[in-house]
Amino acid sequence: MTVDLSPIDESLLAEIAGLHGMPKGAFNIRRDGQLVERHNSAFIEISTKTDVPGIDIHIAPGTKGETVYIPVIVTQSGLKDVVYNTFYIGEDCDVKIVAGCGIHNSSHEASEHDGIHSFYLGKNSRVSYVEKHYGEGEGTGERILNPTTNVYMEEGSYCEMEMVQLRGVTSTVRDTNAELAAGSKLVLVEKLLTHDKQTAVSNMKIELKGDDSSVQVISRSVAQDDSVQVFNPLVIGEAACRGHVQCDAIIMGNAKVKAIPGIEAASEDALLVHEAAIGKIAGDQIVKLMTLGLTEEEAEKEILDDFLS
Amino acid sequence: MLELKNLVFEVPNGEGGTKRIIDDLSLTIGDDRFTVITGPNGGGKSTLAKLIMGIEQPTSGQILFDGQDVTNLSITARAKLGIGYGFQQPARFKGMKVKKLLDIAAGRKLPMLACNEYLSKVGLCSASYLTREVDKSLSGGEVKRIEIATILARDPKLAIYDEPEAGIDLWSFDRLTETFRDIHAARDGRSIVIISHQERIIQLADEIVLLRDGKVVDTGTPEQLMPQLGFRLTSPGGCPLSSPTELHLTEIPTTC
Repeated sequence: MTVDLSPIDESLLAEIAGLHGMPKGAFNIRRDGQLVERHNSAFIEISTKTDVPGIDIHIAPGTKGETVYIPVIVTQSGLKDVVYNTFYIGEDCDVKIVAGCGIHNSSHEASEHDGIHSFYLGKNSRVSYVEKHYGEGEGTGERILNPTTNVYMEEGSYCEMEMVQLRGVTSTVRDTNAELAAGSKLVLVEKLLTHDKQTAVSNMKIELKGDDSSVQVISRSVAQDDSVQVFNPLVIGEAACRGHVQCDAIIMGNAKVKAIPGIEAASEDALLVHEAAIGKIAGDQIVKLMTLGLTEEEAEKEILDDFLS
Repeated sequence: MLELKNLVFEVPNGEGGTKRIIDDLSLTIGDDRFTVITGPNGGGKSTLAKLIMGIEQPTSGQILFDGQDVTNLSITARAKLGIGYGFQQPARFKGMKVKKLLDIAAGRKLPMLACNEYLSKVGLCSASYLTREVDKSLSGGEVKRIEIATILARDPKLAIYDEPEAGIDLWSFDRLTETFRDIHAARDGRSIVIISHQERIIQLADEIVLLRDGKVVDTGTPEQLMPQLGFRLTSPGGCPLSSPTELHLTEIPTTC
């Protein structure tokens, strides 16, 4: 298959997956609902699903130190792309998965990508997952991203997921679900920046089913202009487990932020904590940075960049 | 050189009138000078420091820095001219690493070695601090010392420290006193203004300014002023042991 990437495609790929040209190892690049290029490695096999659009990614037991890239770009307006990507990660793996979706829409029609990602982590496997969502283009057409992420973790597995959406996405509804078996640990980091009239809803349901399982949810968001954000993280503890949810939001302009962290315990040994804070940038932070020579605007940008770093 | 001319700062008193915090204050601080501003709480010391930095605007009067009128300049502009300010209660930043804050202060990316040097000068002797975030995970004393390190990294022509000793343990305070002494000993055209009640800092000063009710009530060298401030002047090398005080435990209140 020939590779034909335009400068727009390349800049989107760089933005969402840090890619400059084709990556090494296993990858699958999808553009406007079509496969652009795919590559397997000795231990990672990517195959097209036969029932629904999408791919299955099989990672052989014991695979360590490999990275899989599965970025999606949408440059065609009026397109609604729905894709199911399922990861089967064998036992004792240690891998990194880089996903993400970039939309370039310069027309008045909406572009939408709904990615349904499922992860099955084998015993004692470690996965680091990075997902970046990004939108650009001068058009008035909406850029919509509705990702669903399902994580099923077997005994002793570890997963850290960083899900980032900074700028450009008109509307997003994010659903994240996880089930954790004994001794597994999930670290979920969500970073969000909305502006103009954008809306973002993030729902999470984390079920701690095994003893000594734990989850840490860290949500940091910035809501600017007239944008609206809603957070619904829910952690359910059904065993001797630990859960910590932390939602931090900076609110600016006429934005609205609603954080409804939930914890439910069905075991007397479940230890669940939630914290939520919404506030504007503190004046003393701006003043401090101004005394170091930054202008008010530079100080504000610095504070937001670090908050979301 | 910093010149304050007839500086007045008033705030509303809540009854329709105004309360004078700084009252027609004039003061000159020369280059290469180590000045300590001291005086009772509520005397206007911190307000004066904020007026110099531009964090507060005077009701009337004039501030000249190296001959330039900076009274109406922004905080940023004054910072760029070479005025630095160490806050009494430093801000915390979620997500910002100590290294980044030092880089911003210096205006460039600092080598790790230089960062470690600044931190060791304030008694933070572990390189691991550089990757820590300047947030609630740091203790009050740690944040305070990082605040002082940012001023060392910035290396301003005029550095104002607002009660640098507040919240710092005795051991780190020793290190800090040495640092101030070293900066002063270098005598490279930089001036230090420290707001302090600490005898050990006051005795380092070239000049002590005693501020009360928003006015300079006295100025002088440590030799001249320390006796009247209630301090006994001691040599910088150490202090003589005092004889043990006889304690009457029943006289010590137990309610505080």
